[in-house]
Order: sequence, then C-alpha cells, then structure tokens
Amino acid sequence: MEVRREQLDGPGAPATDFRVRQLQARDMLRGDLEGEALERYVEERVMTTTLDRAVAWARGNSFFPLTFGLACCAIEMMSIVGARLDIARFGFEAFRASPRQADLLILSGRVSIKMAPVIRRIYDQMLDPKWAISMGACCSSMGVFNNYALVPADKFMPISVHVPGCPPRPEALAHGILRLRDMVQGHPRDGWRERYDAIGTEELLDPAAEAGSAAINVFEAGDTAGA
Amino acid sequence: MSLTEDYRKREESITLSGEPIGETHELLTLNIGPHHPATHGVLRLITTLEGEVVRDIKPIVGYVHTGIEKTCEDKSYWKAIPVVERMDYLSYYFNATAFCGAVETLLGVEVPARAQYLRVIHLELNRIMSHLVWLGTSALDLGAISMFWYCFRERETILDLFEMSSGQRMHTRYIQVGGVIEDIPRGFEAKLRKFIAEMPDRADQYADLLEKNQIVLQRLHGTCQLDEETLLKLGVTGPLLRAAGNPWDLRKAQPYSSYDHFQFKIPVGTVGDNYDRYRVRHAELYESVKIIEQALDGLPEGPFITPDRKVALPPRHELATSMEALIHHFKLVTEGFRVPPGEAYYPIEGPRGELGCFVRADGSAKPARVHMRDPSFVNLQALGPMVRDSYIADLIATLAMLDPVLGGIDR
Repeated sequence: MEVRREQLDGPGAPATDFRVRQLQARDMLRGDLEGEALERYVEERVMTTTLDRAVAWARGNSFFPLTFGLACCAIEMMSIVGARLDIARFGFEAFRASPRQADLLILSGRVSIKMAPVIRRIYDQMLDPKWAISMGACCSSMGVFNNYALVPADKFMPISVHVPGCPPRPEALAHGILRLRDMVQGHPRDGWRERYDAIGTEELLDPAAEAGSAAINVFEAGDTAGA
Repeated sequence: MSLTEDYRKREESITLSGEPIGETHELLTLNIGPHHPATHGVLRLITTLEGEVVRDIKPIVGYVHTGIEKTCEDKSYWKAIPVVERMDYLSYYFNATAFCGAVETLLGVEVPARAQYLRVIHLELNRIMSHLVWLGTSALDLGAISMFWYCFRERETILDLFEMSSGQRMHTRYIQVGGVIEDIPRGFEAKLRKFIAEMPDRADQYADLLEKNQIVLQRLHGTCQLDEETLLKLGVTGPLLRAAGNPWDLRKAQPYSSYDHFQFKIPVGTVGDNYDRYRVRHAELYESVKIIEQALDGLPEGPFITPDRKVALPPRHELATSMEALIHHFKLVTEGFRVPPGEAYYPIEGPRGELGCFVRADGSAKPARVHMRDPSFVNLQALGPMVRDSYIADLIATLAMLDPVLGGIDR
C-alpha cells in the first residue's frame, strides 16, 4: 500500500487523486505521515495564524454599528443600508439599537454641548473592543457652523476614523468603514503618507507629556453628570 | 442641584390627566431618548405611564441645538443660505426658498419666471424625497422593514437628479437670492421625465404593501385622533392639519413662486387619525408628481436668475471683458449685497407644514435677525394631546406619523 502511494505521489506527480488525499489525511491523523510527505502535506493544507489575528479578521468583517443618528448625516448613514450601496456586502448591516450590543459608534451629525455627555455615556456603555467614526464636518471640526453650540467629538471621546463631507456621500462613509476594517485587522492605511512616500514622518506626543494632557478631554470616562 | 433632586423636580412638574389614580394604580415615569431608534433623531420624551397607557408626555428638545439663527447674523446674506439649509435636513430646498424669499421681499427683487418654475420643480422633488424618508422610517417603526428599501431606492433617484442640477446630494445650495444658481443641465429633463413617469407606479406599490397589511391597518386606524379645532389652537399646519379635514395649504391659500399656474389637488383626511395622516402624505406624492410634470411642460425660456447685478453674480465669461462685471463680482463676493432696513416674513408650504422665515435687515450686508418658524417645532406640541390616554405602542406610531425633524425643531 505504501509502495502504491509513493508511485502516485512521486516527484512531478501532483496529488490530485481524491483517494490518495484521503489516505494521506488518515495517515496524518494517525501520526503515520513522516518526513518530506508530512512537510508537503502541512504546507498545502494548514494555514498558521495567531488567535489575535484570527479574531481581528472576524471583528473587522462584522462590525455591529449602533442605531444612532444625530442630524443630516444620519440620513446618509441610513442610505448605506439601502439597496444602492448595500453595506451588507461587507457584513456591517446589523445595526444594533442598544449600545451594549454594538461595537461601532457612527457619530452622524452635529454634536451639541447638550448632547455631548449623552454621547459619552453611550460610548462608555459600549463593550470593548469598540470603535467610533466621526461622520461629517460637524462632529470633526464643527463644520460650517463653528459656533457656541457645538463641540467636536474628539474633545470628549476617542475617534478612530474621520469621514469628511457635509454630509459625506454614502460611498465616503463606506470607505471610512473599510479603512476602519483595515485598522482593526492590523494593517492600517497611511493615507496621504502612502501617496507622498512620507511614511515614518508621524509626530507623536511625548509619553511623559501625555500623562498631564487630561485637558484634552472635557469629560472624564464615566462622568455623565447632566446627561 | 444633584442629579436625583433634578430628576425629582422634573417628575413633579409632570401634570397628570385622565382618570384619577386609585389606590391600586401606580404611575411609572419612563424616559425615552435622547438616544432611541424610534424618536427620529435625538428627541427625549418623558412619559408617565399607568400600566401600558400614556397618561402624560413631556418632550424635551434642544439636543441638536446648533445656533443656526445666531450664526446667520454673523454671515452676509448669501453666505447664510447654506447655514439655513442645514436646519431641517430633509427639506433643504424649502429652507433656502423661505430665506431667499424673505430677502427678495426686502430687496424688492423680481424672480424670473424660469427661476420660479425651476424652484417649483426642485421643491416638489424635495417634498417627494422628504415624504419617502418619512414613509420608509415610519414603516420601520411599525415593523414593516421592507418599505425602507423601496423608499430609499426612489430617494436615491431623486438625489441623483439633485446632484445633476447642483452637484450635491444634500444641502445643494441651489436656490439663490434672485433665482437659482444654475440652469438645469442637458439630460436633466429626460431623466426627470423618466422619474415622474415611474413614481406614481411606485407609490401604488407602497400602498399595496402597506394598506393590505392587517398589522399596519390596526396600528393606524382610529389611533391618536385629534380634532381640527385643537390642532388649529396649537398652530399645527401641514399634513397633520389636512388629515383632520382642513384643506389649508399655502400653495393654494397664498400662492408663491407661481404655484397658481399649476393644477393640483389638496388631499384631506376625514377624522384625523394616524391612518389619515399616512394617507394624506401618500396622496401628496401623486400631486407633487403632477406639479413637476406641469412645471416641466410649461418651463418658460429666459434667465434663471435676476439680471440685477447688485444682487446676482455676473456670468463668468463677462469677468474677462467687463470692468463693471469685475467690480460687481468683487463687491458681491467680499461684502455681499446690502439690504434696506425692514422686516419680512415669508411663509411657504414645507413637507411638514408652514415653514416661514423672518428676516430683519438693518441696512448692512448681514441680517440683524433671522428666525425660522419651523413646522416640526410647532407640530410637536400636538404630540401630548394626541397620545394622552392611549397605549405606548400608539405613541411610537403617532410620533412616526407626526414626522418631526429634530434639526428643524432645535435649529
């Protein structure tokens, strides 16, 4: 029997025969497969990865966004579920109404000072790991308004991806979600740095200075007074 | 004041209605929102429940307060248009028309006939779009999820048309003081005709999907009725008032932008329940299509913006040859035009009711005061009387049929 297999599976002869592969798998499970045959078997069939990477792959392909609309951008956020863009192609269509079941907060619209503690509370209620997309000009930079009533989202919570536009097209939001997927899966895009060959020019805060930079956050985590 | 004290104080301020509370009854204060999928935005409702029955409701607004009215005071007139547009984000053409109409009244500028017709075409497209978003999301609240996809399919077609004529899907800034910013491009008419040919069929499909559905019918029929008199006392306008039988529509009652040139009907309801509110808006889809068709057939030739160079930008090609045009362009872009002192209120019929813009000018290039009478804000007052002593499930349906847009309420 072993002689027969050597003949079929010899050098130059591809192991395409189903029966041969069956026998190989059985030997593999028994622990009988050895040497070069074992090496080749593993190379052909086994993909090695770490658990972290496998989990990141799964997470990145199945965000559960929170059903949460603020203003104009919310209408465009709803249309990514619609037939034209159909975000379900990528696995992000399961909008969850409870922050405890969601892992992606899309801030779609203008954040008023009255709303900011509420959003922070919702973000705190979401379970780790969680990400946030700031959609549109208003919650990234206060947009066309830029007045007393609004606050940019970065002032009170961490934002992973900013999607520019007023409001951004649904395609732009989908692009933002896909860039977030790249980030979650461990190979974030460098954006303009890729185009201008400027990778490695990032300026980072001194870790020593970061400890005292609490002033960036208007709200502490869990501090939801007035919400 | 601590949080608990604040909460108790708010709870005490809720007035009770309906039956007196017996010994076995217990009242529950339930907070809905500001983050809740059924509140159509960030509306907060403090409801007082007795079992499943809503005894009182208190809407709390202001969660998307953007300071739009105040921001307008710091911008020249033509730069305030995009800010005003973002107020009620489902009726941006209406916001811009109301604001521009008020400024035109103050300036005494005549809007050319073609511009008026182009405005009507876009306003009615916007009305259909707004009603489609309302229908899709309201059906979603009632559990009919498939309506959402059908409505958003047609909405995308309308947004394609908007993009064709103005370059933007939302907040197009198409309406300009004195007319519109650009004429419609080649191919727009054919695409629009294709849309208005298929839209009535699509509206029939919506009706087939919803009106033979027993669940939808039971949740809408006879729920949360409110009579015409109460609605008028609360200042409610638009489809909500028309559902109660009052045919008040500013397009007929006080025609603006040459609405008197078109033949169309005003759908009215009979009893003013949720079903009538749905039916009135659904019937308006057909009437809007009719208006667009007539406006497209009778689209007059001529300029699309007023020839008054003190108000409207000169055409681009004139800048290279005419010194006069260059000066006008420079003045308009840097300072903007000055408006003689005075006050004007310009009401139009928005998708949700009377949308009026009040502008006070002090003679400078910036408005001294801009105020919007937003229909969503006024109509929200009627929510309490509508849902009092009805089930909490009907509250969700009524809120959907009220069609509030929080951007317009909070401004």
